[in-house]
Amino acid sequence: MNRIRFKKEGRAKFISHLDLMRTMQRVFIRAGVGIKHTEGFNPHPYMNFAMPLSVGTESLCELMDFELTGECLPESVPGRLNAVMPEGITVTECYDAKRKFKDIKWLDIEAILFYYDKVVDPAEISALLSGNELIMEKRTKRSSARVDVRPLIGSASASPLDAGRILLKARLACGDPALSPAQLISAIGQNAPELAPDFTSARRIEVFDMDMNLFR
Amino acid sequence: MTEELERILTRVQKPARYTGGEYNQIVKDLRDVDLRVAFCFPDTYEIGMSNLGLQILYGAINEEPGIWCERCFAPWGDMEEELRRAKLPLYALESGDPVGEFDALAFSLGYEMAYTSVLNMLDLAGLPVKSADRPGLTPLVFAGGTSCINPEPMADFIDLFVLGEGEELDLEVLRLLRRAKSEGWDKAGFLRAAADIPGVYVPSLYEPEYNPDGTMRAFRPKDGAPERVRKRIIEDLDSAYYPTHAIVPSTEIVHDRVVLEVMRGCVRGCRFCQAGFAYRPVRRHSTEFLLKAAREALESSGYEEITLSSLSTSDFKGLPELADGLLEWCEPRKISLSLPSLRADNFSMGLMERVQRVRKTGLTFAPEAGSQRLRDVINKNVTEEDLLNSCRVAFEGGWNTLKLYFMLGLPTETDEDVAAIAELAEKVLRTWREYSTNKARGVRITVSTSMFVPKPHTPFQWEEQVGIEEYLRRVRLLKDSIKSRSITYNWHEPHVSLIEAVLSRGDRRTGGVIERVWRDGGKLDSWSDYFSFERWMAAIEAAGLDAGFYANRVRGDDEIFPWDVIDIGVTKGYLARERRAAYQGVITPDCRAKCMGCGANSLLQRSGCDE
Repeated sequence: MNRIRFKKEGRAKFISHLDLMRTMQRVFIRAGVGIKHTEGFNPHPYMNFAMPLSVGTESLCELMDFELTGECLPESVPGRLNAVMPEGITVTECYDAKRKFKDIKWLDIEAILFYYDKVVDPAEISALLSGNELIMEKRTKRSSARVDVRPLIGSASASPLDAGRILLKARLACGDPALSPAQLISAIGQNAPELAPDFTSARRIEVFDMDMNLFR
Repeated sequence: MTEELERILTRVQKPARYTGGEYNQIVKDLRDVDLRVAFCFPDTYEIGMSNLGLQILYGAINEEPGIWCERCFAPWGDMEEELRRAKLPLYALESGDPVGEFDALAFSLGYEMAYTSVLNMLDLAGLPVKSADRPGLTPLVFAGGTSCINPEPMADFIDLFVLGEGEELDLEVLRLLRRAKSEGWDKAGFLRAAADIPGVYVPSLYEPEYNPDGTMRAFRPKDGAPERVRKRIIEDLDSAYYPTHAIVPSTEIVHDRVVLEVMRGCVRGCRFCQAGFAYRPVRRHSTEFLLKAAREALESSGYEEITLSSLSTSDFKGLPELADGLLEWCEPRKISLSLPSLRADNFSMGLMERVQRVRKTGLTFAPEAGSQRLRDVINKNVTEEDLLNSCRVAFEGGWNTLKLYFMLGLPTETDEDVAAIAELAEKVLRTWREYSTNKARGVRITVSTSMFVPKPHTPFQWEEQVGIEEYLRRVRLLKDSIKSRSITYNWHEPHVSLIEAVLSRGDRRTGGVIERVWRDGGKLDSWSDYFSFERWMAAIEAAGLDAGFYANRVRGDDEIFPWDVIDIGVTKGYLARERRAAYQGVITPDCRAKCMGCGANSLLQRSGCDE
């Protein structure tokens, strides 16, 4: 199995997961990089993404598995794919996949919190997220429950960026259960409405296994 | 992208359609650019990006050094609301720069129901909607496309129209604009000079006069403008620009595949069909050209589907060779080939089997009328036998869904003709029972009807449209005539068709209606989400006009039409002869069987039709 690591930034962050799958399928064809197809009545290229990325979130650490079928060397894959990518998606590496995506347990994120008409002390955000517990209303498809999401936050610290903007860095659980950047921001708002940002721009930075080793 | 726009995009539906950045988009260095053009499509991104004309003209204009053509589409309501609230002007996708600051806005007008969106986009761009209220040379607002065949309803808003095919014409206009800009001409001087370019219609250089009964008395050119404006064509398709490196959207659009245009024009001459006359004479690509273009387009896009496009692909000479050549390339690469616009009369078993080898999709036939008598009237040269034979081939080949399209309200239609639609559908069903190789899966036959809209530059341009009540009566009649539960009947709402009839044969006064509808909130009128019949009727009334005058009136033989100023090659005399033939139930053979002298061959300088 082969794996690529890629970035999804700028305008490309608005490409949805479904559209990304379609785009990747075409990118491989354009690049002339043959990959294995599924068996069956309606074969399609086999592609497996580590963690679907929400629309509007950037990432430096997306991972996707597939299987090369032609003579194409893994090391030539990033260059060939990047030559035919839409703006904003860049493959940084291609290598043999040794570990399973389920080993990914932690995700580092960075979020820029925008405040349009209030002044917020970053230290208060850091303190809130580093307390003993952080109870929030967590909605799933079927139900909604009040849960303590503090165990899902490995670390979190907020620092001033410039007027009206705070940089929040956090390490979040991404196994099961997981805490998404959007849920983290929601948790802030639920517990301290005065700290709720008007707008957040988030980005995935790096993925780790349970022992905090880089996941590759 | 500004933070404000990012914030908006996180809130709207399908934000990828507002970002640009797709593969194969064209970005130029502003230091090398002296003319900026926004190709404006007055409908959504998903519709506009599916339009082959857009892809062709975008590429053709960008071939010109110094001119940068970008794209702009109508935002959906949620996005429009956000833009207006944030006071953000409409921007071009490639650069994100406001289109109101560009040198030219080129609108594609394919259908009448997009007219209100043109006004809305101009307004979102921060521009006055009326040409007269835009005194500067730039931005020049011009338009082309099929519905410009009658430009008059949009005459108040558009500075100039480009008629016919735009690959060469658009560039001639833009080069003149570039010169005018560098030499400091005023708008009037530019428009007067542009009117000398063949194919350019400048509405401000023409003065309509009306009779007391509302019909046209005269249409006077001013300042030496030509009496009539002749549409332009590309004579040799193979040597014209071809979009082999078209933009590949990063989000799903309506026609998400390679569209291979095989020919322009149609040899048939169905009397209701505007495209059939508007795109004459028939010209084709060579098979060798198409095979090469198809490979390049598939390789450069990564699409896994290719469709052949034309008004009647069955009539493409060399279709078997083309289909074989394409399949040879497509099959090993798991690329599927689809062949829409196949006629029911020459639907060959061999062709279908070849296509079927890759993927089997639904089949659609458009007999348009239920009885042979009425099919002869409209010159839809398909016999019942042809149709049933085609169905038999399809059912034997394992197909089990079939769509049949008809129009209600065609000239001379009687209740017997309406009932004949049901009888024809029943015969199709019987054919399935007799020949299906896969009866266990059942069959689904869908009959659809729409209300006939008489169109300019067709033999039925003199005809009345039936009233809404009468259309609905015929719908009920047809509904009651269909007995089988395997036949589903869908009918299109007639209200849009009535407004379409008003606009398609409208005059300069209908511009006031369009403006009023837009001011009352109208836009994206081809979407039922936005179309409001009441709004249109109120605007027609407020303008002191009568919808019936435009839609439901039989015009006199000698009546001057607002669109007579446009010369599409096909003569008014020929259309009148075809109309008489319709009433006599006499069919006209296709162009290949016999040239009937429609006049379109006069547009060709070096070759004959269909060579």
